[in-house]
Amino acid sequence: MSLLSRGIGEAISAASVRGRVRGGESSPRAIAFLIALWVCLLFGFVFLVTLIVTTIIDGSNRLDLRLFTEFPASAPERAGARPAILGSFWVIGTTAALAIPLGIAAALHLEEFANKKSRINRLIELNVQNLAAVPSIVYGLLALAFLSMLGVRDKNIVIAGALALGLLILPVIIISTREALRAVPAEIRQGSLALGATPLQTAMRQTLPGAVPGIATGAILALSRALGEAAPLLVLGALVFVSYDPNGLLSGYTTMPIQIFNWTGRPQAEFHELASAASVLLLAMLLAMNAVAIIIRNRYQRRW
Amino acid sequence: MTHSLTREGGPATVPGLLAVDLRSSPRRGEQVALAALRIASVLTVLVTVGILIALILPSIEFFRQVPITDFLFGDRWAPRFADASFGVLPLITATLWTTVIALAVAVPFGLGAAVFLSEYAKPGLRKVLKPLLEVLAGIPTVVYGLFALSFVQSTVFRDWLQLETGAFSVLAAGLVMGVMIIPTVASISEDAMSAVPQAMRQGSSALGANRMQTSLRVVFPAALSGIVAAIVLGISRAVGETMIVAIAAGGQARMVTGPLEQGQTMTGFIANAALGDSRVGSIEYDTLFAVGLVLFCITLLINVISIRLVRRFREAY
Repeated sequence: MSLLSRGIGEAISAASVRGRVRGGESSPRAIAFLIALWVCLLFGFVFLVTLIVTTIIDGSNRLDLRLFTEFPASAPERAGARPAILGSFWVIGTTAALAIPLGIAAALHLEEFANKKSRINRLIELNVQNLAAVPSIVYGLLALAFLSMLGVRDKNIVIAGALALGLLILPVIIISTREALRAVPAEIRQGSLALGATPLQTAMRQTLPGAVPGIATGAILALSRALGEAAPLLVLGALVFVSYDPNGLLSGYTTMPIQIFNWTGRPQAEFHELASAASVLLLAMLLAMNAVAIIIRNRYQRRW
Repeated sequence: MTHSLTREGGPATVPGLLAVDLRSSPRRGEQVALAALRIASVLTVLVTVGILIALILPSIEFFRQVPITDFLFGDRWAPRFADASFGVLPLITATLWTTVIALAVAVPFGLGAAVFLSEYAKPGLRKVLKPLLEVLAGIPTVVYGLFALSFVQSTVFRDWLQLETGAFSVLAAGLVMGVMIIPTVASISEDAMSAVPQAMRQGSSALGANRMQTSLRVVFPAALSGIVAAIVLGISRAVGETMIVAIAAGGQARMVTGPLEQGQTMTGFIANAALGDSRVGSIEYDTLFAVGLVLFCITLLINVISIRLVRRFREAY
């Protein structure tokens, strides 16, 4: 192919020298275009690198043990992100417990047992795709309304935040689990049925285990998105001064993004430094989660 | 043999091929398990119904007290003042400004990156660059917001460029939001361009076009519906984004008339208003949901259009 295009290119350059045809791979316009495309690509990367570097530099003063062990305080020297770190673990753990089983069950049904041609199931599919694109803050409003309807007064509790975030990542988990299930070849299912297994046994003992690496990757990526979300939790009233460790599903909490938002809103520059340091920590946590997901995908992904 | 047991409706529903309908299983436990799975998938519909109910009921209360024309066409947003005013236009102008600025950044750079990845990059390079681009989408929006406030607005706009602007601006928020959306636009456009058959590119080369002419005049128009879907999805993300604008665009709801001004978007209002104590059933509480309903309707409309377009380009080839 490249030999062909090089040949064509040379012919065209020769022709353009003769003034007959304009263009060719090395014409000034083509080169300018290529440069413009490189600029487009690099713009995003330069931005990313600038963001990471400035955040690290801004936060470098406060990247010490205090960040992990101290509670938020009104004086920046004494403040730390300990409840935020623990709160993030609590909330993400509860979110995972709520959303992952439900998401896998729904995806299993939609992919293996539902009649794909029926209107109801097509509607459900469209619905899941729509839900995946709804702004995250709407999920906060949904949780707020639901809990108000149940009569819960103080909505700043772990289970409420996990509810909002769980609903947020449910469509994402369903979509990625369906992709993973689709990747399991039909022969596996057919062989299982041929040996006398029921469809449920086939799904639970052959299809689902075969799709586990893909499901795990999708779930971890969804959870890492939930880790970085603050908007739904703000609507539930999470922006309060939390100076204690979370100790149960009904306890108050704060999470890393909320704490960063809190510190960013203060006028003192030291709090902005703290916010940057906490951002670095948050980015490190996300990097670790994504690395685990990629390792799982690369090491355990079956080539059928 | 392609009477696939797995093509329509799953393995249990192929009539005529089997003497026994596998759907009715004699094992009791199976029926229960299958019913549980079905309930799980129906739950997703309940979520949408829940969102609609949650947004509509308080909004009805809200519109009983505030005439809808005042809401849609008023230009003063002051829901908590003694002489309250509920004109939503200030929030809409701020949302419009940040969205347009974000698109002005995301569309050119995203499409440029997509053209490069699909037409010029060797497969090895693409395998490295695509995930790197996705990293941009994975950074938490609070971190973007902090960057927009402390670096872009303070250092770049005020110190380096000496622009006449305050502590917040829709330009800083829109710019950073645009970069966050680049991967969305780039990824879907690149999918659309890769779906264009190779035969079209080869035909174009055979007729003497270079890669630039092929990309711009053959591939781009062929992938247009997918590219439009990508842009539309970018719009939806920009409208629905909360943290970047809550941090960097400002908290004062006013009619925004220029990029260097501050303003409060619809999402920014919901985030900021929920920080205070709103008694359930009060007008402040209902206001949150009225604005949320407007937001949801706008993004729903945009998303439906985008999903339709994506389906069309995926089927075309």
